[in-house]
Amino acid sequence: MIKKFDKKDEESGSGSNPFQHLEKSAVLQEARIFNETPINPRRCLHILTKIIYLLNQGEHFGTTEATEAFFAMTRLFQSNDQTLRRMCYLTIKEMANISEDVIIVTSSLTKDMTGKEDVYRGPAIRALCRITDTTMLQAIERYMKQAIVDKVPSVSSSALVSSLHMVKMSYDVVKRWVNEAQEAASSDNIMVQYHALGLLYHLRKNDRLAVSKMLNKFTKSGLKSPFAYCMLIRIASRLLEETEGGHDSPLFDFIESCLRNKHEMVVYEAASAIVHMPNCTARELAPAVSVLQLFCSSPKAALRYAAVRTLNKVAMKHPSAVTACNLDLENLITDSNRSIATLAITTLLKTGSESSVDRLMKQISSFVSEISDEFKVVVVQAISALCQKYPRKHSVMMNFLSNMLRDDGGFEYKRAIVDCIIGIIEENPESKETGLAHLCEFIEDCEHTVLATKILHLLGREGPRTPSPSKYIRFIFNRVVLESEAVRAAAVSALAKFGAQNDDLLPSVLVLMQRCMMDSDDEVRDRATFYMNVLQQKQKALNAAYIFNGLSVSIPGLEKSLHQYTLEPSEKPFDMKTVPLATTPITEQKTEMAPVASSKLPEKLAPSRQDIYQEQLAAIPEFQGLGPLFKSSEPVQLTEAETEYVVRCIKHTFANHMVFQFDCTNTLNDQLLQKVVVQMEPSEAYEVVQYVPAASLPYSQPGSCYCLVRLPEDDPTAVSCTFSCTMKYLVRDCDPNTGEPDDDGYDDEYVLEDLEVTVADHIQKVLKPNFAAAWEEVGDEFEKEETFALSSVRTLDEAVGNIISFLGMQPCERSDKVPENKNSHVLFLAGVFRGGHDVLVRSRLALADGVTMQVTVRSGEETVVDVILASVG
Amino acid sequence: WGFVVTRHVMRQLTTCCLPQQEPSLYTVKAVLILDNDGERLYAKYYDDTYPTVKEQKAFEKNIFNKTHRTDSEIALLEGLTVVYKSNIDLYFYVIGSSHENELMLMSVLNCLFDSLSQMLRKNVEKRALLENMEGLFLAVDEIVDGGVILESDPQQVVHRVALRGDDVPLTEQTVTQVLQSAKEQIKWSLLR
Repeated sequence: MIKKFDKKDEESGSGSNPFQHLEKSAVLQEARIFNETPINPRRCLHILTKIIYLLNQGEHFGTTEATEAFFAMTRLFQSNDQTLRRMCYLTIKEMANISEDVIIVTSSLTKDMTGKEDVYRGPAIRALCRITDTTMLQAIERYMKQAIVDKVPSVSSSALVSSLHMVKMSYDVVKRWVNEAQEAASSDNIMVQYHALGLLYHLRKNDRLAVSKMLNKFTKSGLKSPFAYCMLIRIASRLLEETEGGHDSPLFDFIESCLRNKHEMVVYEAASAIVHMPNCTARELAPAVSVLQLFCSSPKAALRYAAVRTLNKVAMKHPSAVTACNLDLENLITDSNRSIATLAITTLLKTGSESSVDRLMKQISSFVSEISDEFKVVVVQAISALCQKYPRKHSVMMNFLSNMLRDDGGFEYKRAIVDCIIGIIEENPESKETGLAHLCEFIEDCEHTVLATKILHLLGREGPRTPSPSKYIRFIFNRVVLESEAVRAAAVSALAKFGAQNDDLLPSVLVLMQRCMMDSDDEVRDRATFYMNVLQQKQKALNAAYIFNGLSVSIPGLEKSLHQYTLEPSEKPFDMKTVPLATTPITEQKTEMAPVASSKLPEKLAPSRQDIYQEQLAAIPEFQGLGPLFKSSEPVQLTEAETEYVVRCIKHTFANHMVFQFDCTNTLNDQLLQKVVVQMEPSEAYEVVQYVPAASLPYSQPGSCYCLVRLPEDDPTAVSCTFSCTMKYLVRDCDPNTGEPDDDGYDDEYVLEDLEVTVADHIQKVLKPNFAAAWEEVGDEFEKEETFALSSVRTLDEAVGNIISFLGMQPCERSDKVPENKNSHVLFLAGVFRGGHDVLVRSRLALADGVTMQVTVRSGEETVVDVILASVG
Repeated sequence: WGFVVTRHVMRQLTTCCLPQQEPSLYTVKAVLILDNDGERLYAKYYDDTYPTVKEQKAFEKNIFNKTHRTDSEIALLEGLTVVYKSNIDLYFYVIGSSHENELMLMSVLNCLFDSLSQMLRKNVEKRALLENMEGLFLAVDEIVDGGVILESDPQQVVHRVALRGDDVPLTEQTVTQVLQSAKEQIKWSLLR
């Protein structure tokens, strides 16, 4: 009665929401009635509801007030009102992190969890685990084990899910409950089955063998729960990926069989798993695609959405596999759910023919403003893929993109458009001027610093080399006047490039620079002063070194070297050549544009692969004093796949040495290998200095051993060498189940494939954004030229590819892309030779009968030029 | 010139770069109920995607703006899959990662809606919900636990929430419902 009365009271005051004007302090005041005897369950329930409501609204509770309310609440356990008790559990969970001493309810909860009231037991377990830590968990371990195998599903499920939450904190305790979880997995209840499977997997996920056994068991016995099936499919596809299992594996068969499951959820999960598998053939995809096709006409929006989203993914890699669904996708173009319509259109853009492009683009522009940014990005990605496929359509696309650029939208969306336009400019030189014009217009009113600086950088690189560079100056200088520091600084750098490239613009650029030198920001002033001084020298070499092509060293490496230098003061000036080079940023010349938003940032965030190797090698005492790591190669496999031992080698090049790192994996579970070394026999005058063995190599745990080799000093041109490699080790047989090895062992060896060291191992790629300037900078003092005939090569593309991979140098000015239908081509390559000498290669190719190649090499060091030419010949 | 990386961008990156996620029972990132002004009536977040109340409210605002005018059931927002349903003046949302099986999220949403519908005797509207907030709290607690789907059968949920004896409805309505679902099942078994 009182509850009803209360409500009326509040309703008259605050409209339809009785909770609208709740005051925390008033509610806490009310909570005092928790202490009254006898307990009034209805009123107390209402107050608890208010407290949880407030917490739910994000109201902040101080520790003291929360603790006070919590302790008052504990008294309510005396009441036997079911709903009230359940609300107490909720309050405990909600307050577990804000109140102190919540563990005082442990005994009450333990009593409820083991009591007779089934309605209490499940929720009590979950509340109890919420406030329990590892030590207390051991005290209730016995009850947990019993609860997991309890015949009441809600109790068993609660215990399993709570155990899963506890795994993170108390793995060692929970893993003792595996047998109980195993028993629960054979329960008839579908949710219990699902939860047991999830817990079992979490406990075993690091033991591939156990996971595989578990999969085997459940896929054979069959489960009733569709959720559990989805989980099984995920586990199976993960295992397939990890073991690089072929698609003839029983796991793949299992996933495929799930395409015929009676639950749509399971069918979809299986189809999605197959679609996401790497290296699926069109034939393997076909059954998955055809179930997705069926889903396209489902009355359920979620299912249509799921299907078309997955088909969209398939279309990225296998457009032809999706063409069969084109008709179904056409029907979805007008779907009232715009997300579905967008996905359908972008999928069609990937699978359809060139003729349908205009129609689809028109369709999509009719509702592009209605869809969320996420899907706008999907549209932009589709456009960018399209531009690669149909370069002739770039003017239509460019128009569309510039309209999108003017619309409202968030950062990711705008970035995707800008990336796409930049991609088009780089692919199609004839679109450069229109593209730059659109971007100039965009930065006139652009709130995203990152994009503005990116575009300014691009303008600096491309603008000076257009027919009328002067028209960009205005856009750039406007930035200096109007924008934030970062943008102003970028604008100054761009201006400098115009001055350096175009003599007739130089006087005006100098005037503008003069103005920038009065900027309020340090960085802007510094840049302006620096460029001003460089430009005034009017020397091509200086311009090239300091304006066009910046530093190519690794920034963390530079930091480390400078720190080292300050620790050991010396008379010698700091030598930039001792700083490790940056591994070339792939972003500059990336040709694959498909996932626009992906893969650009990760490299910037994580330390580069080479920085990691540098750290690892520096930690090995034998490799002290080798100087900075110059280059690390990609791993080379020295064994066939599926052999007893898997060995791959990474070649690390230093100034006068090489370190060969052998990553070995022992795939025999009845052997333990010890003192593993890879013995190397060089074919040339290379000298093996030292081996660093891997102490022990247990089953399936990779380990590394190393070999240090000195490069021949007397003959600097001897850069290539072949090593024959043999792995030597001590074998100790062991019990496959326990891993316990025998006491005795015997020596054995295993012959590996030969390892080649080539000229590419001595050269690090360096990108010169302005190759011509760099060419002038190095000068022709040691220039050499030779002509070769490549008789076995049939196309220019092939020749370009061969040269790049052979020399291991960085193609510049996008010269790795040979325009179609051309008979000649010039390839520009840049790199740094071991020891820190810049080396540039210009290679003119002509296609006649085979390919004729004229190679011109420049470097600051004569031997380097000789090495290159000698290795080509 | 480096990039500014927001959490949002990072989420998109991880969604692009890691097609294979660790298999896990953690399926639901949040359950929300908003009213027809987009105000929060109920919100439960199960992970740290939106750690502060401020970020949560901003997300809810965004979600409401993008969905309240359409009845399209599903959307991708801020890199997350959102399934939703509206009834009179209530908007129900279940949110999961963009890799999550959309149908699983849908089963959570349906379970929540059907459970409430039974508990409120088909009166799924704001006023009735506010009068039974404790029922809502307990129902969600039975459906999702810490992001794991605990139960997907509305009958079970209603049974477990077990509001006080005199409140448990065995009215005509529920009898017809039982009959209806029995009919459905017979129909399906005949069709098969």
